[in-house]
Amino acid sequence: MKKAMTITQKILADHAGLEYVEAGQLIEARLDLVLGNDITTPVAIREMEKINKDGVYDKDKIALVMDHFTPNRDIKSAENCMCVRNFANKHEISHYYDVGKMGIEHALLPEQGLTVAGDVIIGADSHTCTYGALGAFSTGVGSTDMAAGMATGKAWFKVPSAIKFNLIGKPSKWVSGKDVILHIIGLIGVDGALYRSMEFAGEGIKNLSMDDRFTICNMAIEAGGKNGIFPVDDLAIEYMKAHSKKPYKIYEADEDAVYDEEYTIDLSSLKSTVAFPHLPENTKTIDEIKEEIKIQQVVIGSCTNGRLDDLRIAAKILEGKKVDDNVRCIIIPATQNIYLQAMEEGLLKTFIEAGAVVSTPTCGPCLGGHMGILAKGERCVSTTNRNFVGRMGHVESEIYLASPAVAAASAIAGHIAAPCD
Amino acid sequence: MEAKGSVFKYGDNVDTDVIIPARYLAIQDPKELAEHCMEDIDDSFVKRVNKGDIMVAGKNFGCGSSREHAPLVIKVSGVSCVIAETFARIFYRNAINIGLPIIECKEASEKIQEGDEIEIDFDSGIITNKTRNETYKGQSFPEFMQRIIKNEGLVNYINSQEG
Repeated sequence: MKKAMTITQKILADHAGLEYVEAGQLIEARLDLVLGNDITTPVAIREMEKINKDGVYDKDKIALVMDHFTPNRDIKSAENCMCVRNFANKHEISHYYDVGKMGIEHALLPEQGLTVAGDVIIGADSHTCTYGALGAFSTGVGSTDMAAGMATGKAWFKVPSAIKFNLIGKPSKWVSGKDVILHIIGLIGVDGALYRSMEFAGEGIKNLSMDDRFTICNMAIEAGGKNGIFPVDDLAIEYMKAHSKKPYKIYEADEDAVYDEEYTIDLSSLKSTVAFPHLPENTKTIDEIKEEIKIQQVVIGSCTNGRLDDLRIAAKILEGKKVDDNVRCIIIPATQNIYLQAMEEGLLKTFIEAGAVVSTPTCGPCLGGHMGILAKGERCVSTTNRNFVGRMGHVESEIYLASPAVAAASAIAGHIAAPCD
Repeated sequence: MEAKGSVFKYGDNVDTDVIIPARYLAIQDPKELAEHCMEDIDDSFVKRVNKGDIMVAGKNFGCGSSREHAPLVIKVSGVSCVIAETFARIFYRNAINIGLPIIECKEASEKIQEGDEIEIDFDSGIITNKTRNETYKGQSFPEFMQRIIKNEGLVNYINSQEG
């Protein structure tokens, strides 16, 4: 009898050349894409030089994106990018993205068509789990795994068990993918999915845009998950056809697949949600926040929420309004294409007229790199993914994670505010 | 293989941003990088740590970013082993891949206190608390991971396979 598998298990089995895999099994899987950025790739290059093997396994299956401390914030960052640039030239890496072409990696790669359903992808960046939105198995690893992946085209994995999230209903106005994933992390905790897959299912999926799904899978890691993954529907197929020439393969979970836990999330019942310092699990719905929390900065961007949907929502709220005098509002389109589209739609004009600043694509402030560092005691509402101690600057600064709608509304109010205010 | 040293104790969800803040990640020299190890939650760690010392923490140690700089600075600081109730998965992989010994042990994580003198036998997984006269049994690694650990990391392991 055929044994039941989850979506993730089926993809991994196929890439390990096996009929069947089960949770806990150690396998070696073939990789469709290996990703690195300007922080993790220099370390990977150093490790790769120690491997007794010449060259890379496939120059077309490696993506190097200079997005974290770029445009170079200091001499060391410039040297790191130079190191990667030289490596990319030497090995004729097809998908090397430097300033002018680069965007934030997890927004850029799906847009460039490098990630499709059925792929196995590793990236030396924890938010590599984003591509599960398209039905790929993708997960974050470190630089040594990246080095081994670039050299051999393979990686070892422990096959994960899974948690199933049945999504039903339709989210109300201003509730987006960010609220869905913050709600889930609040529910299961920052280690609630540790070592496991988060598999999404249910009729509610049709009410989530691709950008919502990217946001949800992006933050699977903030619940400790190995990957987040959506089934492939017409919307995902349409997205892949519009962006990619790569062949894709759709895997479906068996009906009798075994899950460690199952949750049903009624999207229609969700409210705008904010994660308080200093963990993404410290969530409150916007109506639970009774005190007035004054803020000094708003960041709208990142691999979590720097996509076109996010900018459109922010613009809708900022249109004709002014950012509070005590707030610096920093808006970062995640890729050059998103930037261009936002310009053509007039969103950038809206932002600038409201008193926000619009930045070139960069991870910058999300990890306290540059372009929006916080001073001691300052508070920021941010659409990014982590609110750890010191993440965006001083150890005594505070980050409140929220959706673009809440972030934009808060920028106007000068304190954490609901989008309908 | 054994480890022996005194304990630095931390809580749950010690994230990679406090192990090595991102503002230092442009630094490539591991020793220079290690000068900032644990800086954002324990700014005296670097001054106090001695070679062989052991880090003990609660749940989900190393959560957050994939930066391999995190296990690297702990290793370069002289820490001989990290014991935690659980590790975040990327940190777990990275520690094994770069040859930083780690052990998952709920009992040790709960009972060991700051400053305790600890001995660890990696072959048996037995952790001995000399200060409290207690022993705890850590979880052993699957054989495949043990091979990587014995080779002191993934790169050497791959080279040994190729050879």
